[in-house]
Order: sequence, then C-alpha cells, then structure tokens
Amino acid sequence: MTTSRRKFIKISALGLGGVAATTSAINMFGSNSYLNTLVKENVGEKFKITPTYCEVCFWKCAAWAYTNEDGEIKKIIGNEDDPHCHGRLCPRGTGGVGMYTDEDRLKTPLIRTTVNGEETFREASWDEALDLIASKFNGIKEKHGAESLALLKHGCPGWHFEHLYKSLGSDTIAEPAYAQCRGPRETGFALTFGSWVGSPEPTDIRDTKCLVLIGSHIGENMHNSQVQEMSDAIDNGATIITVDPRFSTAASKSKHWLAIKPSTDIALLLSWMHVLIKEELYDKEYVEKYGLGFNELKEYVRQFTPEWAYGITTIKPEEIRKTARAMGHAAPAAIVHPGRHVVWYGDDTQRERAIAILNGLLGSWGRRGGFYFKEKINVPNFPHPAYPEPKWGWKEIGENFPLAQMGITNELINASIPNKNNKYPIKAWMVAGTNLIKSIPDTIQLKKAMDALDFLVVIDTMPTDITGYADVILPECTYLERSDIVRSATNRQPSIAVRFAAVTPKYNSKPGAWIAKEIGERLGLSKYYNYKDFDEVIDWQLKELGTSKEEMAKIGVKRYPRKSGPMYLNEDETHQFGTASGKIEFYSQELKDLGFDPMPTYTAHPEPPQGFYRLNYGRSPMHTFSRTANNPNLNALKSENNLWVNPKVARILGLKTNQKVWLKNQDDIISNFSIKVRVTERIRWDSVYMVHGFGHDNKKLTRAYGKGIDDTKMISKIFVDPIMGGTGMRGNFVSILTENPHKNTEI
Amino acid sequence: MQEELITSGRNIPNIDPFLDIWHWPISVYLFLGGLAAGLLFFAALITILKKDKEYPAAVKFASIVSPIALTLGLLALFYDLTHKIYFWRLYTTVRIESPMSWGAWVLLIITPVSFLWVLSYYSELFPKFKLNFKFLKKFESFLQKNRLLMAYILLPLSVVLGVYTGILLSAFNARPLWNNAILGPLFLISGLSTGAATIILLSKSTKERHLFSKIDLGLVILELGLIVHMMMGMYAGSQVQLEAMQLLIGGEFTMMFFGFVVILGLIVPAILEFLELRGFKIPVAVPALLILLGGLIFRFVMVEAGQITRYLY
Amino acid sequence: MRYAMVIDTLKCVGCSDCVVACQTENDVPIGYCRDWVTENVSGSYPSIELELKSERCNHCENAPCVRCCPTGASHQLNNGIVLVTADECIGCGACIESCPYDARYQHPDGYVDKCTFCHHRLEKGQLPACVAVCPTKCMYFGDLDNQNSEVSKLLKNRKWKTLAPEAGTKPKVYYLI
Ligand SMILES: Nc1nc2c(c(=O)[nH]1)N[C@H]1C(S)=C(S)[C@@H](COP(=O)(O)OP(=O)(O)OC[C@H]3O[C@@H](n4cnc5c(=O)[nH]c(N)nc54)[C@H](O)[C@@H]3O)O[C@H]1N2
Ligand SMILES: Nc1nc2c(c(=O)[nH]1)N[C@H]1C(S)=C(S)[C@@H](COP(=O)(O)OP(=O)(O)OC[C@H]3O[C@@H](n4cnc5c(=O)[nH]c(N)nc54)[C@H](O)[C@@H]3O)O[C@H]1N2
Ligand code: SF4
Ligand code: SF4
Ligand code: SF4
Ligand code: SF4
Ligand code: SF4
Ligand SMILES: [Mo]
Repeated sequence: MTTSRRKFIKISALGLGGVAATTSAINMFGSNSYLNTLVKENVGEKFKITPTYCEVCFWKCAAWAYTNEDGEIKKIIGNEDDPHCHGRLCPRGTGGVGMYTDEDRLKTPLIRTTVNGEETFREASWDEALDLIASKFNGIKEKHGAESLALLKHGCPGWHFEHLYKSLGSDTIAEPAYAQCRGPRETGFALTFGSWVGSPEPTDIRDTKCLVLIGSHIGENMHNSQVQEMSDAIDNGATIITVDPRFSTAASKSKHWLAIKPSTDIALLLSWMHVLIKEELYDKEYVEKYGLGFNELKEYVRQFTPEWAYGITTIKPEEIRKTARAMGHAAPAAIVHPGRHVVWYGDDTQRERAIAILNGLLGSWGRRGGFYFKEKINVPNFPHPAYPEPKWGWKEIGENFPLAQMGITNELINASIPNKNNKYPIKAWMVAGTNLIKSIPDTIQLKKAMDALDFLVVIDTMPTDITGYADVILPECTYLERSDIVRSATNRQPSIAVRFAAVTPKYNSKPGAWIAKEIGERLGLSKYYNYKDFDEVIDWQLKELGTSKEEMAKIGVKRYPRKSGPMYLNEDETHQFGTASGKIEFYSQELKDLGFDPMPTYTAHPEPPQGFYRLNYGRSPMHTFSRTANNPNLNALKSENNLWVNPKVARILGLKTNQKVWLKNQDDIISNFSIKVRVTERIRWDSVYMVHGFGHDNKKLTRAYGKGIDDTKMISKIFVDPIMGGTGMRGNFVSILTENPHKNTEI
Repeated sequence: MQEELITSGRNIPNIDPFLDIWHWPISVYLFLGGLAAGLLFFAALITILKKDKEYPAAVKFASIVSPIALTLGLLALFYDLTHKIYFWRLYTTVRIESPMSWGAWVLLIITPVSFLWVLSYYSELFPKFKLNFKFLKKFESFLQKNRLLMAYILLPLSVVLGVYTGILLSAFNARPLWNNAILGPLFLISGLSTGAATIILLSKSTKERHLFSKIDLGLVILELGLIVHMMMGMYAGSQVQLEAMQLLIGGEFTMMFFGFVVILGLIVPAILEFLELRGFKIPVAVPALLILLGGLIFRFVMVEAGQITRYLY
Repeated sequence: MRYAMVIDTLKCVGCSDCVVACQTENDVPIGYCRDWVTENVSGSYPSIELELKSERCNHCENAPCVRCCPTGASHQLNNGIVLVTADECIGCGACIESCPYDARYQHPDGYVDKCTFCHHRLEKGQLPACVAVCPTKCMYFGDLDNQNSEVSKLLKNRKWKTLAPEAGTKPKVYYLI
C-alpha cells in the first residue's frame, strides 16, 4: 500500500487524557480505620439499585446496578426473574463495572486534524463534531445518494443508528455477528426447519438427555443461561458428547470427547446419519410425519460408514457408533447444538445443514430436551412516518449470495473499494459498537476500504483499534450510564427487560440514542424524532406493553404469558414448518435450484504445510472479544492471551511455557506483538490455539496495549461460504518465530 | 504431562509467584536476636560461674553489643510491619501459641535488662564519661550489687530468645523448609556461636580468646551436625520437604547455602580456629568475622528459601 | 454451627466469576484477590483430564493463622469462620507465612485480608457473593452441624477431597470429585 491518507493514529491524541486520575486521589490518604473496616465489609453502604441489562456481550442478561451514596457503581447483580441469567451474571457481566470505571475511556468528541504534518486528534465540542458529521453526510448524500452511506454496527447502539440510517434512506447496513458469526447456522437451519436458530438459542439443555457440542465450547463461550443449563444437564446425568480438536472445558465435562481432526466435521455428521438410519435409531414416526426427502437422504448416506469417516476424522468407528447410539437412545431429548460462531471452512452452511438434518432424524426440533418453540413479545415502535425506500442496500450488495439473510460486512467493505464495475459504491461509514479491525478477517482489504472512504465516523466507548482510523470519534457513555431500548427476549416465555441509567455519564460522553437524534435533526429528519428524549420513547413503549417506568424500575424484568401455543410439538396435530414445503427438508430443492448440493457433502480442506500449524482460536470465559481486554476487573484475571502449543511441538521447536514468540502466517503476515507460550496437552500437535481479542494496537489502552497477539491479523485468508457469504476463518496456518522480527523496525 | 496453573491470573504483590512477605529486616532481626542471645547467655553464665574477672570481654565489652543488637533488631522488625500504627497491639495480649507474641514479650523484658547490664558496667566501660548525677551513680551501684540476680534472669531468657529465633520459623507448618524440630536448637547454637565469635573479636586476652575459640569450635561442630541431621530428616520426609531441601542442595540457594554458610561460614572458620588453637599464627578476627557473616547469610537463606517452599502449586 | 463450602469440580468451568464477584462485593483492590481458580491438566492428548477449582481461605478448623497471630487480629468465630480485624492487625505477616494455601494477602492499606465467607452477607441471610453468582451453581454453602443441610448431604453422598490435608489444618472447603 502507498502512503495511507487515513493513517492509524497510535500515539496520544492532542489533549486527550487530562481529565483522568481524579477518582483514585482519595485513596492516597490513609483513611480512618474504623470507617475503613465498615466500608471494607460493605456493612455501612447504602445502595441505590437500578435495573439494566448487560452490554458486555449480546446475551443481554438483565441485572441490577448497585450505586453507593457517592454515586459510584459498586457492583452489578443478575436479575432473578430474567430467563437469560436467573440472577447470576457471567464473569464479564459481573466485571461490567470495569467498563464504567475504566479511566482510559473515550472522554470527549475527537476530530482528525493535521498538526505540523502529523495526523492527530483534537478535542471538539459535541456541536462541532455533530455539525461536521451532518455536513459531510449531507454532502455525500447529495452527490452519491443516501445508499452510499454505510452503517457497520453491533449491539445496542446499533439500534439507534439503524433507525437514523433508515430514516435517511439507507439500508446499507451490516454487522459482524452475521457473516463472521451466526450466519451459516441461520441459513442452514432455515433451509431445514424453516426457522432461524436466533439468540438466545432455543436449546432445551436443562431437560436434555444428550447434548452434542460440535466445536461449541460452552463454558468458555459464557453465554449465560446455556452455561447454567449445561450444568443442570450434568446434574441430571445427561450424556455430553463434545466434538472438538482441542480439549475444551466442555470436553472435560463430557462422557465422550471426540478429538476430531480439524475441518472434517461434515464427514462425522454424515457418518452419524448413516449409523442412525442403518441401525434404525432415528425417530421414524417424526421423520415420516414431518420429513421431506428422507429416502434420498437414506440412499445418500449409505456410503458414509464409520469406517469411511474414521479415515477422514481419525475418530474410531466404534466411537462413532457408540455416540450415535447414545444420541439415538436419548432422542428426542437430544440436542446437536448448532453452535454460534460457525464460520470455519467456507462449507459452513452445509455443515449446519448436516447438524439440522441430524436433529431432524433425532426428532429433537420442537421436543422437550431438544429445541423448544421460542417466543418473544414485540416492542412497538414509537410512531414515525414510513422510511424512504432506498434504491439499493445490503441485499443488492450481497446479491452473489442468494441465501444471505442479513448484510454481509465483507461485501460492504468490498463495495467501499473504488472499482469501475461496482454498481453499489459506498463512500462513508458510520461504525457503532464494533471494533472492525479485530472482528473482520482480511485486514488488508479492510484497510484498503477505509483508506478510500470520504468519511469515517466511529462511535465507541473506548479508544480501540478502529477509532484510530476515524475522522470523527464520538464517545458513547457505557450501558450503565444510559437508558436504552427495551430488551425483548426470545425465550421459553416472552419477557422484557429495561435499562435505566444508573448514574449520569462520566466525562463528556453521551448515550447513543441522544447522538443519533442529534445527528438526525441536523440532517433534517426531525419527523423521525418526534419526541423530547429517548426516555419519552421508553415511557410510551412500556405503557403500550401494559406496564410503566415505575413498575419496571422495581422489577427490571417482566414476563408475559405465551401466546403462540405450547413450547413443544403437539403430537396430536400436524405442525407446519416454515420451509416452502412446510416440512423438515432433509433434501433441499431450494439449494438444488440455486446450483448447490441439496444434501451436505464432505470436501477436504487444506492442511498445514511443513513448519506451519493451524491457527485455532476461541473464547476465554472472562473476556468478550476485544472489548474487555482493558477492563480493569477482567484484565486482572487475564491480561493477555497465550499460545497453546502441544508438548511434542514444544519439544521439536524448543519452546518453554511463558517464552515469548511471534507468529508469521502463510501469507507472510507477522504479528505485531509477541505472545507467551503455554505448553499444554489440551491442543493437538498440528494446531496452535489462542483466545481471540488481544494484541491491542492503541496505546491509549494502557492495560491492553501490546499484550498478546491479535488472531484476526493472522487470518488473512478467508473461505467464503458461497451460499450466504460467511467468511470461513479457520484455514489459516502460522509458523512460530522465536526471534523478534521487529527488532530493527519500529511499529 | 502434568500442568498446574492459576487460571484467574493471580499476581498479588509479595505473594505471587512465591511468598516474599518477610524481607531482609526479618533476616537481620533473627540474626541480631541470635547474636544478642549468645552474648547475654555467655555474660550471664560466666557471671554465675563467678569467672567475670577472668573473662572481661564476655561480661563487659561484648555485652555493649547486645542492647544495640536488640534495639536494631526491634527496629528492623518494626520496619517490616505493614500496619505500623497498630504496633502497640502486640502488647495488649499474650498469645502463648504465637511465637511472634512471646518473642515480642521476651524482647520487651530482655532488652531493658540488657541495657541495665551495660549500665552496671558503665564506670568500667566508659571511665572518661563520669556519671554526673547522684541518683544515676546510686543506680549503677545498685545494679552492680544485683548483677548476679540479673544473670539468673538473663540465662533462661537468652536461651528462650535464641530458641525463639528458630521457632519463629519452624512453627510454620506451611513452609516445608522451616517446619522441622531441629530449627530451634540450630538457631540457638548458631546464635551462641555468633556470640562467641563476637567475644573473640572484642577480647584482648589470649586466655579468653582461646576459651571462646574452643567453645565456638564445639558449637560449630554441633551446628554442622544439626544441619546434617536436618537434611536427613527432610530427606526422609514428605514430598514437599524433599522439594524444599532441593532448593538448598540442588537449587538456586545451593551456592549461598553450601558456599557461604556451610563452607565459608562454618567449616573454614572451624579449621582456622582449630589451627590457631594448635599454635598456628592466624589472626583470630578472620574466623570470627567469617562466623558472623555465615550466621547472617544463614538467616537470609532460611528466610528467603523458606518462603518459596509451599504445599500447593 | 460449622459453616462449610462445598464445590463441585465436575461442574466448575473455571470462569472466575467467583473471583470478580468477590472483588466487587468486598472492595478487593484490583490486582489482589480473596479467591482464585486453578486448572490442573494431566494425561496426554487425546486422553486428558482437567480439574478446575475455585480456591480461597479454607476456614480451617485447626487454623495455624489464628494460632500464630501475635495480636489476636486473626480469630475464629464460633461458627468456624476465620476473620482478621483490620485495626488489630500489625501487618507482621506471620499469618501469611503460616497459611499452607497462600490464602491471605497484605491489603495495600497495610493490614492482612482474606476471604471472610462473606459473613456480612450471612448476617443478612444471603449466600456468599461467590456462591450466589456462580453460573454453574457448583458452589454450595451451609452448616455441617445440620445433618439436613445441602452441604452435609453432598458430603455424605459424593466423593470429596480437601486441599493439602497433610498440612493438618482440617479445611472447611470441600471439593466434590
Ligand atoms: N479473528 C476473529 N474474528 C472474529 C471472531 C473470532 O472469534 N475471531 N468472532 C466473530 C464474532 S462471533 C463476532 S459476534 C464478532 C464480534 O465483533 P465486535 O462486535 O466488533 O466485537 P468487539 O471486539 O467486542 O467490539 C465491540 C466494540 O464495541 C465497543 N463497545 C462496547 N460497548 C459499547 C457501547 O455501549 N457503545 C458503543 N458505541 N460501543 C461499545 C467496544 O469498545 C468495541 O470497540 O467478531 C467476529 N470476528
Ligand atoms: N466468554 C465469552 N463468551 C462468548 C463470547 C465472548 O466473546 N466471550 N462471544 C459470544 C459469541 S458472539 C459467539 S458467536 C460465541 C462463539 O462460541 P462458540 O460457537 O462456542 O465458539 P467457536 O469460536 O465457534 O468455537 C471455538 C471452539 O471450536 C473448536 N474448533 C476449532 N476448529 C474446529 C473444527 O474444525 N471442528 C470442531 N468440531 N471444532 C473446532 C475450537 O477448538 C474451540 O474449542 O461465543 C459467545 N460467548
Ligand atoms: S452472558 Fe455475561 S457478558 Fe453476556 S450479557 Fe450475560 S452477563 Fe453480560
Ligand atoms: S464461578 Fe463457579 S464455575 Fe466459575 S470458576 Fe467460580 S466456581 Fe467455577
Ligand atoms: S486457609 Fe489459611 S488463612 Fe484460611 S484458616 Fe486456613 S490457614 Fe488460616
Ligand atoms: S499480619 Fe495481622 S493478622 Fe496476620 S499475624 Fe500479624 S497481626 Fe495477625
Ligand atoms: S465467600 Fe465472600 S469473601 Fe470468600 S471468596 Fe467468596 S465472595 Fe470472597
Ligand atoms: Mo458471535
């Protein structure tokens, strides 16, 4: 790349900072010991409690924020009535206080400027920053159309800016939680059962007799109620089967751990189908009643014997049979979990199809201990005029992927790179609540796109990697400091939860709702913001939902009775599935018509060449992606990621635990920072493993900067799912460098 | 492969990855306590045996060192406390099971007595600085008369003090290196040996030097015996004790322990003392200083290495 | 009344929520902790075992930390809970040296601190913060003297162990295995 116009600003922005370091001053003086003891034991403290729901990940557990007499948030405790958490937050939710107390937070709007030939940020007033955004957006809209303004978002702030964008006439919207996350399973399950899996997954884990986890590492993946229910399942003596090339925490709790060779899961799934059908362990009645294309499937999987799969997966035929029988005997109270982050090798929709089909054979969809029929209550939209109709949007941009159900981030990124043949040129981005540098693979393409943009606004709470590329940075206050949209949960029983501001925003930060409205009004969209402030919207919505702010302040979560019918299939009636045929489609005519395999096929994927190891990554239970690395409470638990290396590999390469190494991938991309080795039997000899979300590049993150390696940077090769556009990320290989490759270069 | 780690990432200052709660002041405190115990023991013993005129260094010159050592030791201990303003809490209760408590009490008694002891010799020690006040003179003569009584008080107290410096460590079940019955006697003997060495250093009479050289030689041999005994015991002990011993025998403290404590601090001075007694011309200050240095390092090694040894992780 | 904690290692996922919850409940300064989680891996790929456990002061029945404390700051209540009174503690460190579990630390303010079994919460009829938060519900708390308490029953019906029993401290934190 030639000199970048929009250079990443690493070093301190001018004037940013100053405001910090006031909070801890009190602790400097020794304090009265008697009082001290009282405080230490929290006896003397009187708390105000405010309902909220957690924003540290997307499970959105409802909670209570405890504020002391000094107006400091001291702790956050789960709401007992909430089906997402049952009164127990996960470590990240409990440590959510740190999101609020983190003194490295963004404190005031910042505008990119050039001082003495050096690009830097200067502090700006909200008015100045918002005016600038409005004038840039207006200019681009006039010249290229509102469609050329793209929104990349995630989490709650996304909702407010989505409304802004739609009001403006742009549907050019995407989030990493689709093409980098759940996309393939939503398409795969929709093709089979005619229904998304959705979040939270409607898996009836607490009542299951057999839970099959395919690379779904619950326990490290701390999606709260799933973790809780898996624990219930252990208490109930359920059989847990984990398929994972790494000895995950879940694997350690399992009766069967199938240490599969990476990328070969489809072979195992096909072979399981083979055994279930051959040994007639499948739910005949269910399949007969609801299945479509069973005979084709039966015929098709006849060839996939466990012996065949053994050669591919390295899992012994006996183990395959044993586990298939365990599922068959437990059925229909069996769950083959769809997983969540499922963009692995590019054939992911087909793998998810295989998982869905397997569940179909087990008769688990709509059965107790399998998948329940979820339900939610609709939160009415505050009345506003109809949105203008955009000429094109995420759908058109992703038109090469016929079964994409949401915007594909990578396609929006590609459309932002100037190209004569591009029918849908994107000129500016607004990025809200997503750290694209760490969440989108193929960073080179991403940077090329950002370089070409006319304008880039980032709305975040922290100075993360992506903020370094912004023209304007807007500091949103944390979830604990704002009232926000009413959460409506899809669950066994519908419920809503509220988020009220527990304290006023620290520094000069503002709620996303306020920011969106201010920009909207400056863009002449006042008619879409026909209210004084967002509290008025919440007030109105709660009344519509038959409750009130006062009531919700006391209960935080309100449950509603089910209206859609029973949670499980009514065996006396015939259920209509949401597929075109109304049946569970073992054979997919839709895929066939689009030129794809109607039933999943196994294809071999590349393997690491000599001297390289497959880059495997996952979650640490105490962190969420890159957003918590600097959180003081959570950073204290885990301040950097480690590189898991099998002892055999360590012996060959002469590596020791805690030794610092660097990585270089198959495309000669070198990690910015070093990572400490952890020699452990929990990983295979052909792979290395690390937790995603570390290796932060922004010096403003005083705790996280330079700690560990960013896996995303090493994922330069992506395997795009031709069906829905997901970016398979598990086919990257790295070699381990023991010498600092940056010795002579400054980074 | 066996792997053990703290997944919640503990890194508490002075606790992780190994204990470092007691720093150099504690080693110095133990050394000075032992030294004072040794000096006071010999002063008292010789007084009781009515040999005080023959051995002036033991009862008089060297005993100046004890109140200084005790005071400095107490200061060192105080320095290492982290909640100092509550120091007085030590003296609001007697806790028989806590060596720290009875150590504090013993020090509270023995330190003033050691001052009084020196005061009783004031006129002889500092003939140039006459006591100007009458009542002080009176007091001095009162003390002189009661010297034997003081000796009877000091004799058991000094033994308790000497043993205490060892028990303070050996009472800690949790630190495998410390947790053995030999440590009390070992520290007592070592303290006596450093006391004897100080007397040798300060003595001007050959007779006295020779007596204490002999005593010291005996003590050193005893000490070496106790060290061997301690190691054998540890070797026969549990896995954790075995690992603890490894620190001294094949670990990072081996050089310090064998090189400085056993060889330079015990064996070499013992040989030198032996040769000197046999008539070889060897400046007596050399073995004496080596003994003192060895004693100090011994305490450093035991305090530091002991804190590394543990039951878990 | 003899309080005890029972932790089911078969359910613990090592998430360390117990550590954060303790931190926010008890104002434990960042960088310190009253409880922590250990991971033990044995065997070799692919036949491996993993044990995760949340550890803290064991409120030993035979508590060396109480015995060695020169001021009485470390003391044991009738219900078995071992506590430190901050303004009686001189910070001599003896109790830290005496604890085979390294369960105590010097608070930056000088006194020694450790797990209290959240006795301030027990007084209000609440469970300890770590027990109340644990997402896998693998921690149990109750009275060993009561035959019908959950902890008594679990210890009767399940296999268990305590940490470093050879140290002779009679720990009151039990691990189901
Ligand atoms: N290499 C690699 N890439 C991945 C994954 C992986 O495992 N490995 N996982 C993929 C998956 S499954 C997903 S879902 C995505 C997630 O991708 P992202 O959602 O981008 O994940 P985070 O890194 O958490 O980034 C969230 C950003 O939001 C900011 N933020 C937090 N709270 C708020 C708030 O209240 N308001 C605002 N405005 N901002 C806030 C944070 O500071 C952070 O910068 O990543 C995907 N990308
Ligand atoms: N603590 C925590 N929890 C989280 C999140 C977080 O950031 N932190 N993020 C949440 C989000 S948005 C998501 S999408 C989920 C993701 O959570 P999951 O869907 O559970 O996670 P993945 O990242 O897909 O899976 C990682 C596991 O897949 C295994 N794996 C790697 N390659 C293969 C393979 O070829 N075959 C098989 N069978 N397994 C393989 C890895 O060894 C690892 O154990 O986690 C959610 N929960
Ligand atoms: S699972 Fe944890 S981080 Fe996610 S919303 Fe719930 S408490 Fe927060
Ligand atoms: S909170 Fe529970 S599951 Fe998590 S580490 Fe602690 S004991 Fe284990
Ligand atoms: S675990 Fe340690 S601190 Fe707790 S009672 Fe036992 S010895 Fe004392
Ligand atoms: S540090 Fe405090 S609690 Fe511990 S032994 Fe000393 S005085 Fe007692
Ligand atoms: S019982 Fe209370 S003090 Fe002890 S570890 Fe649990 S939360 Fe912390
Ligand atoms: Mo995700």
